[in-house]
Amino acid sequence: MSGWRPGPRASQAVAFGLLWLGAAMVVLPVMGILLTMFIRGARSLSWELLSGVEEGLLPAIVGTTWLVVLTGVIAAPLGVAAAVYLSEYARAGTLVRLIRLAIVNLAGVPSVVYGLFGLALFVVLLHLGRCLLAGACTLALLVLPLVITASEEALRQVPRQLRDASFALGATRWQTVRRVVLPNALPGIMTGLILSVGRAAGETAPILFTAAFYSLTDPFPNSVLDPIVALPYQLFVMATEVPGITEGTKWATSVVLVGLVLGLNLAAVVMRGRLRRGRRW
Amino acid sequence: MTRRVGEWLIERVIQAAGVTAIVFVLLIFAFLLRDALPVFREVSVRELLGGEKWLPTSEPPRFGLLPLLLGSLYVTLGALVISVPLGLACATFISEVAPKWVREILKPAVETLATIPSVVFGFLGLLLIGPWLAEVLDLPVPLFAALGSVMLALMAMPTVVSVSEDAIRAVPTALRENSLALGATSWQTIRRVVLPSARSGIIAAVLLGLGRAIGETMTVLMVTGNAAVIPEGLEGFLRPVRTMTATIAAEMGETAHATPHYHALFAIGLILFLITFATNTIADVAIRRSGGMGR
Repeated sequence: MSGWRPGPRASQAVAFGLLWLGAAMVVLPVMGILLTMFIRGARSLSWELLSGVEEGLLPAIVGTTWLVVLTGVIAAPLGVAAAVYLSEYARAGTLVRLIRLAIVNLAGVPSVVYGLFGLALFVVLLHLGRCLLAGACTLALLVLPLVITASEEALRQVPRQLRDASFALGATRWQTVRRVVLPNALPGIMTGLILSVGRAAGETAPILFTAAFYSLTDPFPNSVLDPIVALPYQLFVMATEVPGITEGTKWATSVVLVGLVLGLNLAAVVMRGRLRRGRRW
Repeated sequence: MTRRVGEWLIERVIQAAGVTAIVFVLLIFAFLLRDALPVFREVSVRELLGGEKWLPTSEPPRFGLLPLLLGSLYVTLGALVISVPLGLACATFISEVAPKWVREILKPAVETLATIPSVVFGFLGLLLIGPWLAEVLDLPVPLFAALGSVMLALMAMPTVVSVSEDAIRAVPTALRENSLALGATSWQTIRRVVLPSARSGIIAAVLLGLGRAIGETMTVLMVTGNAAVIPEGLEGFLRPVRTMTATIAAEMGETAHATPHYHALFAIGLILFLITFATNTIADVAIRRSGGMGR
């Protein structure tokens, strides 16, 4: 035989070493970067910054809260109904196949394209103008595939026997869905919904031309038809456009945004754990 | 009787909700088309796609998309070069090699990465990673294509890892056991049996990562410098570029409704939509072929 080749044991050791290294390279640098951000941000985080109106984040926190709540309110009924159709009513076939393909594609549409669509439909065609409602409708569309997928997952986890028992008692399909399946799937649906609006809370591009503005004089919305200041948008403006903002304030703003998004995710995970414990199946 | 009518009505409503996903995909396409097509009153298809100058506010305006198409291509390819090997290694590690305790740290860590908003990645690139990389590489400006690639790689990573991990996990245990029983080592089994069997799913992971990277907006807007010049050679990675997404985000806010510029930006949106539609549809077919996942 020509040349030396490492034996199978040696090449396995090398390959596994590289895999360890690869995994470490995915996680460790990012953790380091995020840790740096939290340390720098925490130093400048103060009550004055959180509650200040003209030099603080209160308008952005209020705006993002409204946006997130309204997005959830719009996306939830539509998404859950679509999931009920897929899980409880639809029969496998071309239509279901097309719906699933559409969901996958909807999830893959770039966020800035949602912004364009929101601008063309809600802002211009429906004459809403740049406002909270237009932004929430746009974000609701963006999270719709997430809501549908998570809700369907939750519905499918309800055991078949429960449905069969309900049918055996003479209940119709809708009675079964409303009284048996939905209540049992509710924890999972709520968890998915919180995760979805967490995604919406961090999005900037879709609200860029549909809802967001930067104002120091009148930053609070009086109705859903007013534009809003949102946290991710404020971070973007602070980082790129507005001069004279200290670096510490920028770091603190990013920490507040990441804290909010991670907080929503954590809430969803905790909720899932707690509600699962009380379950018999 | 009323009950039966009610039941029928509810069933129709739910059915209508079921097809909303299809309706919205068609609506998005229709609206992009409606506001993009008028641009061809100003320029031909060839001028739009092959034009080398993007000067939308000069007199007369020039709407050449080539610099933006190439800008997106550079940043996206760079991101894939980083995220595909690393993501695949990470996925293989999680599903085949890692001890349980490592896996239980790694998986949530990667999932957490997916929740960080893109504007935060842009911010971190702008204030932390950009200046640092510029110093290491000795660059005059801390805003360049490769920085966008690095940030996008981080953002595409969770997609690449989780989709390929699903594909690797879907490979039947019997295949692994047969290979091991023939005397192959774990690594030989992974390389010759598991990864080849997971091929379709891994291709899907790459395509979904690509779709993710090409559509990212805020990060590239903040870190790539936004110079609408045609990047050339490998050096182009170290120069500022401008992507399609960044162009829409930066210019739409100041563009008057129904002007040629407005329509040109919608044309960019339409191109982005078509690209991601193609990658997602092919990825979906590949995932279905790999079996295991999906229903």
